[in-house]
Amino acid sequence: MAFFRSHVLVSVDPECLKRGAHEVIDALHDELVAQGLIDEVQVLETSRIGDPVFYGPDMMVYPEGIHYANLTPDDIPFLVEEHFLKGRPVERFRAQERLVRDEELRPPQPKEVRVVLRNCGVIDPNNIEDYIAEDGYMALAKVLTEMTPEQVIDTVLQSGLRGRGGAGFPTGRKWQFARQSPGEVKYVICNADEGDPGAFMNRRVLEGDPHAVIEGMIIAAYAIGSKQGYIYCRAEYPLAVKTLNIAIKQAREFGFLGENILGTDFSFDLEVRMGAGAFVCGEETALMASIEGRRGEPRPRPPFPAVAGLWMKPTNVNNVETYANVPQIILRGPEWYSSMGTEKSKGTKTFALAGDVKNTGLIEVPFGITLREVIYDVGGGIKDNKGFKAIQTGGPMGGCLSAEYLDLPIDYESLTKAGSMMGSGGLVVMDEDTCMVDIARFFMDFTQEESCGKCTPCRIGTRKILEILTRICEGKGRDGDIEQLEELCTWIKATSLCGLGQGAPTPVESTLKLFRHEYEAHVYEKRCPAKVCRALISYEIQPDVCTGCTVCARNCPTNAISGERRQPHKIDPDICVRCGICMQVCNFNAIVIN
Amino acid sequence: MTDLIVLKESLSELVKNVVEKHGASRAELIPILNEINRKLGYLPSYALEEVARLTQIPKSQVFSVATFYQMLSTDEMGEHVIRFCESAPCHVVGGRQVWQRLQEELHLQPGQTSPDRKWTLVTVSCLGVCGVGPVLIVDDDMYGNVTPDMIPEILARYA
Repeated sequence: MAFFRSHVLVSVDPECLKRGAHEVIDALHDELVAQGLIDEVQVLETSRIGDPVFYGPDMMVYPEGIHYANLTPDDIPFLVEEHFLKGRPVERFRAQERLVRDEELRPPQPKEVRVVLRNCGVIDPNNIEDYIAEDGYMALAKVLTEMTPEQVIDTVLQSGLRGRGGAGFPTGRKWQFARQSPGEVKYVICNADEGDPGAFMNRRVLEGDPHAVIEGMIIAAYAIGSKQGYIYCRAEYPLAVKTLNIAIKQAREFGFLGENILGTDFSFDLEVRMGAGAFVCGEETALMASIEGRRGEPRPRPPFPAVAGLWMKPTNVNNVETYANVPQIILRGPEWYSSMGTEKSKGTKTFALAGDVKNTGLIEVPFGITLREVIYDVGGGIKDNKGFKAIQTGGPMGGCLSAEYLDLPIDYESLTKAGSMMGSGGLVVMDEDTCMVDIARFFMDFTQEESCGKCTPCRIGTRKILEILTRICEGKGRDGDIEQLEELCTWIKATSLCGLGQGAPTPVESTLKLFRHEYEAHVYEKRCPAKVCRALISYEIQPDVCTGCTVCARNCPTNAISGERRQPHKIDPDICVRCGICMQVCNFNAIVIN
Repeated sequence: MTDLIVLKESLSELVKNVVEKHGASRAELIPILNEINRKLGYLPSYALEEVARLTQIPKSQVFSVATFYQMLSTDEMGEHVIRFCESAPCHVVGGRQVWQRLQEELHLQPGQTSPDRKWTLVTVSCLGVCGVGPVLIVDDDMYGNVTPDMIPEILARYA
């Protein structure tokens, strides 16, 4: 029996063959014969090693386990001499590992605890067996074989799980109401219409771990007595929709969905329904209207969905993240879950860090962590090491919190008390160069656009606020504007039909409370302290710094800059449109904003 | 005259197939409209009338749903539709400058189609990829981490 001291496995994947793998093998064989090594080094053909498009022709050399890539027959003599004769691996033939950077989900940062996000980026979402290998569907098996629906509800109650969509209503209680409602036909709905600007946690969970949500929904259905469920997913998430449909199909094949699940007499099936681009359909009554094929207009509650929801039947509506927590609560026990978090806010929460922070992307942290820890320890601090100005929590109906709130622990109650809210988990960080009036206007623009139009306070009130804010940012603010804003906010909040209208004034209110001086500067001094609002700023070339290189003048789109070569240039403020291009192209930092 | 009849016939055929595929019920109205909008780029009135006829949903109801949702359009779009995210997270990371450059290159206001019908410029609300903002979509292609300098190159891909 021949003993080889080295084995070379060359890939003969069709793509590698196309790139000349056979010629490489022939050259290798010839060279080994020529060097008298043919009895010591065995050459074998194997299937694909690395991605042949990037690496082919490639080979693995053992016992070292070195991956050589992109080889030609001409490389072989040098390779054989260096590696097999002299025992020196050849660095320049080594395969360069392609690092795929996930810009949204990094490896867990300090202080993170990944419950909902545990499988994202780790398993193949299109392979149910991966999920099963990570204890997937074990919770369902336990529920169906060892627990009664009442026990399931009790477990969820004990865990302290609160709705993760934003309102934070105790999930166990919601399920209880649905269970207690009479009727044979009940529905389970997953709200996957994540529309908050800056929030994309649900999207990653749906794309990366769809079965966690499905399993949670099946357990909920068993608890309340439902046979049919819907996942309402926004149309802006085509990959999530596709992944969900594949996952549902596989779950059916494995007997986790459909008739007689896991051999019991419990039956339940799921369907995905797509949205069509309406933020308001994230509101549960508007969502149900949309499933019913109507305009996504909210209706007053009571009756609550748990009593009369989809097609007026008892319906349980929960967020993606709420369902995704359920299997682990069942498996690891409610005490484990309630050991994390604060007294009234148990467990963990996913957040999406966006804006002027170094590490933007998704994180999951236990409640009770402070804003400072999230921004600086988990988020890496402010980009370009600029100063912190404000952070908005809770999406477009949430408030902005200034630096004095940095040590606030994150939980439902403390955020509401501070004038903001938890919302779905979007956190937008703003640095010192942000104009808070502009930000308020921005969010009001969004909510005004997305207002369904059904009730007057929201429909007309938000438009009025937007008009005033726009005027202020354009330098046309009037005496009395700020007071009128405050009054409008109070009335819209008190009289709007749904959460969109009730929350729309919050960004304005919170910035008025914490950054009133900025509003006053805009209105009374016609000045934007952050130097953002174009009508209130002017660009100026500092004559003692300017070298007269003419670069700015040549790049100005409105020809607003004049000057002789080697002489300080000047910007005409009446022609200048404040685009900022001159400042970008100036090599001497001679241009400042006033 | 005959062109119009042929056009209406092929529209009827398309609508009939879509309605049959999803089922002629009120609950299926939005999936039906979504699919027709995807296939044609928009919802012509004739198509909406056909949907109403086949599903027995009153025309007013069909129109009221078709005009409510942002991703359904009753106006014909240009050959290429540019959707630019105008939400705050994209705005604070440089969205404003990208938007400016887009307008300079295309000379279009939001919602407008160019005279040669090549481009339609639309603003959309958050697309949920804020980690790579600013973001814009041209037809089905999504572009992230967009800077103003990238705009001419992106537009040139659709020449």
